[in-house]
Amino acid sequence: MNESALYYEGEDSFWQGVKDCVPTLLGYLSIGFAAGVVEKTAGLSIAEIALISLILYAGSGQFIAAGMIAAAHPISAIVFTIFFVNSRHLLLSAAIAPYFRKQTIGQNILTGALLTDETFGVAINHAQHKKQLNYKWMLGLNITAYLNWVLANIAGGFFGQWIPTPEKYGLDFALPAMFIGLLILQVMSHKKYFVDIIVALSAVLIVVISSFLFPGSAGVIIATIAAATIGMVIERWK
Amino acid sequence: MYILLVIVGSAIVTFIPRVVPLVLLSRIQIPEWGINWLKHIPVAVMAALLAQELLLSNNQFSISDNLLSLLAALPTFLVAIFSRSLLGTVLAGVISLMILRFFF
Repeated sequence: MNESALYYEGEDSFWQGVKDCVPTLLGYLSIGFAAGVVEKTAGLSIAEIALISLILYAGSGQFIAAGMIAAAHPISAIVFTIFFVNSRHLLLSAAIAPYFRKQTIGQNILTGALLTDETFGVAINHAQHKKQLNYKWMLGLNITAYLNWVLANIAGGFFGQWIPTPEKYGLDFALPAMFIGLLILQVMSHKKYFVDIIVALSAVLIVVISSFLFPGSAGVIIATIAAATIGMVIERWK
Repeated sequence: MYILLVIVGSAIVTFIPRVVPLVLLSRIQIPEWGINWLKHIPVAVMAALLAQELLLSNNQFSISDNLLSLLAALPTFLVAIFSRSLLGTVLAGVISLMILRFFF
């Protein structure tokens, strides 16, 4: 890759991707720190905390792994649970695919490997009124999130024992606040308020109903699939 | 060895659903209904994740366990709508909950 092209300034540059990641950092740092604390408590070494955040790189997955390791669940049960929780990435990865038609397979593997709820949300907002997303911009976004996540996990593993109550500072709300921001930005730039509000309310309702019917976090996947289908049907029928 | 196998196994089953759709669907022409369906995924998934955070506690529906978070969500929504700033929204949410926890 051409180095100077990587760092040029502009709406789709690597550095713009880094800057566009900034609003998500408080979320990554606080949740990553909390994940590091939980992993340490579950008996992971600092090296193992570094490894899990580097190659699993998923907040919910890491919390579940730590909890199930602490409770000495069998490996197969942990891996299966995490597969189910993280299978929502199938939908995110599919939804973002039409914006990455011009990339090589290697570039798309890297973009996909680093895809999270937050980087997906930022990218899909950036993609409004665009036909394609720029790979370098996406790389800047993804790498910034990734590095902050890994560093926050390691910091949590090191310092967690001295900071007993991060909740006192409201930091556990960084994640839901992030989802609120991404949801509202998406709806406001989409300008299809009627359909979007029905889709959002359906998703909320289905998550709640699913919690009564299914154990674990199947609800998010079921709700996303069903609510998107409702949105598609309403748009066709209107 | 147990922890290492958990980490590597979990990483593999997380990597595949992240990468496979992006690699395959960026190569083929998705039919129009498919595109129309995928366009609703962002709003659907963010609302679902938010509902899981704000309405469930240990996968059980509970308003009382989430009361302070639900209250903090109100100013957070307002800041998101009026500022359209992601960073502003996150800060508003964290500060709102911090203030609420201070009093209750």
